Amino acid sequence: MKILSKIYTFLVFFFLYIPIFVLIIFSFNESKSTSVFTGFSFDWYLALLEQEDILNALKTTLILAVGSSVISTVFGTAAAVGIDSLRKGWLRSATMGVTNIPMMNPEIVTGFSMMLLFVFASKLLGISDSMGFGTLMIAHITFELPYVILNVLPKLRQTDRNLAEAAQDLGCRPVQAFFKVVLPSIKPGIITGMIMAFTLSLDDFIISYFTNGREFQTLPTIIYSMTKKRVTPVIYSLSTLIFFSILLLLILTNLIQYLNEKKQNKTSD
Amino acid sequence: MENNIIIDLKNISVAFGDNQVLKNLNLYIRDGEFITLLGPSGCGKTTTLRIIAGFTAPDEGQVYFEGKLINNVPPYKRHVNTVFQRYALFSHLNVYENVAFGLRNKRMKEKEIRETVKQMLELVNLKGFERRHINSLSGGQQQRVAIARALAVNPRVLLLDEPLGALDLKLRKDMQNELKNIQQRLGITFIYVTHDQEEALSMSDTIVVMNNGIIQQIGTPKDIYNEPKNAFVADFIGESNIVDGIMRDDFVVDFSGHRFDCLDKGFAKDEAVDVVVRPEDVDVVPLEKGMLKGTVTSVVFKGVHYEMIVDIGGFKWMIQSTDEQQEGDKIGLYIEPDAIHIMKKSEYSGMFGDYSSFSEEYDELSNAEEPEEADGEEG
Amino acid sequence: MNKSTSLKTKLLNSPYIVWSALFVIAPLIFVVYYSFTDIDGNFTFENVLSLTAYTDTIIRSVWFGVVSTIICLVIAYPIAYIMAHSKAASQRTMMIMVMLPMWMNFLIRTYCWMVLLQDTGIINTFLGKLGISPVHMINTPGAVILGMVYDFLPFMILPIYSVMTKLDPSIVEAAQDLGCNRFAVLRKCVIPLSMPGVISGITMVFVPSVSTFYISQKLGGGSFELIGDVIERLYLTPNQNNVGAALSMFLMILILICMAIMNKFSNSSEEGMVI
Repeated sequence: MKILSKIYTFLVFFFLYIPIFVLIIFSFNESKSTSVFTGFSFDWYLALLEQEDILNALKTTLILAVGSSVISTVFGTAAAVGIDSLRKGWLRSATMGVTNIPMMNPEIVTGFSMMLLFVFASKLLGISDSMGFGTLMIAHITFELPYVILNVLPKLRQTDRNLAEAAQDLGCRPVQAFFKVVLPSIKPGIITGMIMAFTLSLDDFIISYFTNGREFQTLPTIIYSMTKKRVTPVIYSLSTLIFFSILLLLILTNLIQYLNEKKQNKTSD
Repeated sequence: MENNIIIDLKNISVAFGDNQVLKNLNLYIRDGEFITLLGPSGCGKTTTLRIIAGFTAPDEGQVYFEGKLINNVPPYKRHVNTVFQRYALFSHLNVYENVAFGLRNKRMKEKEIRETVKQMLELVNLKGFERRHINSLSGGQQQRVAIARALAVNPRVLLLDEPLGALDLKLRKDMQNELKNIQQRLGITFIYVTHDQEEALSMSDTIVVMNNGIIQQIGTPKDIYNEPKNAFVADFIGESNIVDGIMRDDFVVDFSGHRFDCLDKGFAKDEAVDVVVRPEDVDVVPLEKGMLKGTVTSVVFKGVHYEMIVDIGGFKWMIQSTDEQQEGDKIGLYIEPDAIHIMKKSEYSGMFGDYSSFSEEYDELSNAEEPEEADGEEG
Repeated sequence: MNKSTSLKTKLLNSPYIVWSALFVIAPLIFVVYYSFTDIDGNFTFENVLSLTAYTDTIIRSVWFGVVSTIICLVIAYPIAYIMAHSKAASQRTMMIMVMLPMWMNFLIRTYCWMVLLQDTGIINTFLGKLGISPVHMINTPGAVILGMVYDFLPFMILPIYSVMTKLDPSIVEAAQDLGCNRFAVLRKCVIPLSMPGVISGITMVFVPSVSTFYISQKLGGGSFELIGDVIERLYLTPNQNNVGAALSMFLMILILICMAIMNKFSNSSEEGMVI
């Protein structure tokens, strides 16, 4: 039984990783071939550096991800506090229902419907070329908000309601009480929400594709247009870099989490 | 004890939705006393406490602090501090910072803060715990931090909301003594909320028994135990046999088919009353010498005494006696005049004091669902 | 105090409600509006009726979605079970390993498979070295489904795994105590109790696979167009937004129906998601 499950685990992870390993290996290929490895080189990484549109897209993607995740975290945390203080009733259920829509709706419908809104709004306002960074930002904030809210809400629910009262009891104004006492206790939820928002923004293709106005490229949309054309190993080197950045990010966040847990265990001994 | 009234609640009414939690409550509290609000879950005791703290605004009525109306004074400006039911400690701060929290809000100098925190931790026997993390403390230690934190800001009145509810029995007893000592040493007013009658009896100067948002009786522990005002109070505090009786005259009462001498007077002739007899006040005597005669239906050994249920003309009495009886024995019962307490009929008449459905498990179950009152507001 | 709480509630909620109304509700209203109007804004049923032309596409999308969801479930359930019963340290590592491909863009992952499966691709080159004649794999329904399974498998593993780690081990012990053997424990306890994870995994795989585009363009060579591909094509073609809106509306309703059916099965009342 043990051996069987080990073999099975190996096979599943082999399936998950074989394409990625192939891609990494061939990013160092000397020739243009995507099936035969002819020799080791950094050519495709150097080629990547010369592609100005990719570097621009990278810049856009990062600005977009940082901006939208910060905004949606602040906005979403405030909304979560608001929702949490709502009494059970139609307004609360309605708000929760609306919050779930962008998560449940297929991304293509979300993207397409926002595109319709932006097209209509620009016609109404008489702007010819309305789609761009602004619409991308709005779209990203909109689909990130539910993830922030759904990460913060459970933490708020776990927080002892008396905590804010205790702070007020000891001389804090209500707003001070929130920042001094409630915020630290929901911080883990806020951070998780923000990381999720950030990675979702980095990774998003479909919604960006419909709301970027075809001119304003993010990294995923530029990958899309590259793969539409001829196969070029530049994609390999780009993907390899992305892979290692994500790996680094994941290991870092897990390490931080692990160290935090360890620290907490230590103090409780 | 001085007679200065520190807190005065006048005609307080509160409703959460359809639920009328407090009904026209009037209560004054003297400076320096240890007063306990006692009652079952949902009786309004926690709400009363929250009104004094300022977390709940009464729908009607006035709250006075030293004669000044404080209805509109927010909690952070009141000279009243709270020890919360589940402590509500700030787990992101260590013990020192928790105790210093209120002092920092007062913008006290760092040196004074250090001095006060040290004093407070000594007061609650937590010397040397300054750097400890909240989550690394036991329940009892957390409780002490909560008390130190509230006392650090030097309140005139300390509100305690079932503070010992989460502790085990042994620890509870120790903390009861300690709290009483702290209160006497500091000489400030303690308003204590609990559903545990034993706790209330052993700690308080004054007990306020509440049920359904109404004060049933206010008095010293002795008064409450010996002279309960109605069947609810008699039943809630200790064990009681409560039977229907008729007051034939001053000092003469009929119940269970027998005429008894008693010490109560001032009732109308032939007035129907509730008669309370505590289980420990009934003497078991040979059948022929008994004023009342009954059959023992169950006997439980309790250590100091035997607790038995005795059927007297269909009504089940609880009797505590050091002599062992057998189930099915016919025994006589003797009741001294000072063991009989007469109460006016009330809405609670006939609801309590019959042990025909008595089981201890049942008693414990109804206690277990207790400490949820604070959440009543959300629902 | 009570009164100020309600003011605070309003202050914190109204901006979010306004935002949601503008950017979540309004776009959906526009989908419905565009579905029933022509380019000049006149009311028409034409867009909705024109959907009949895509019957094959719709059936194919649902079919591919169902098949890839089932395959994902079959692969994911045992691996989630194995993960949940591993040591804490290896659980953490395996979690990262499952999540890592998930955070890689699906465009890249799909592209990888295209390279692998091509007639002159790596797999065939490898097979050739072993003396096996090349196998035609790209541009088949199997390749499209493989792409979907590969892209969405982590979405199935994670929710099931997360429910399984929360199962109280004493439940399994209790079942054994009451006379269940290993297989019976699995059938009577573990599987029913992990259903919430399975349900959420199914939705998380089915929704993207039924609505995906790109995968079938790259791995199906354009011969197996899916609903998502049609919506994209209509978006790129000028003046076709109204038909696109109608198809989007149809897709939304289709998924709502599927989720309603799933909810019937799960009859759970929890708020929010499993992950």
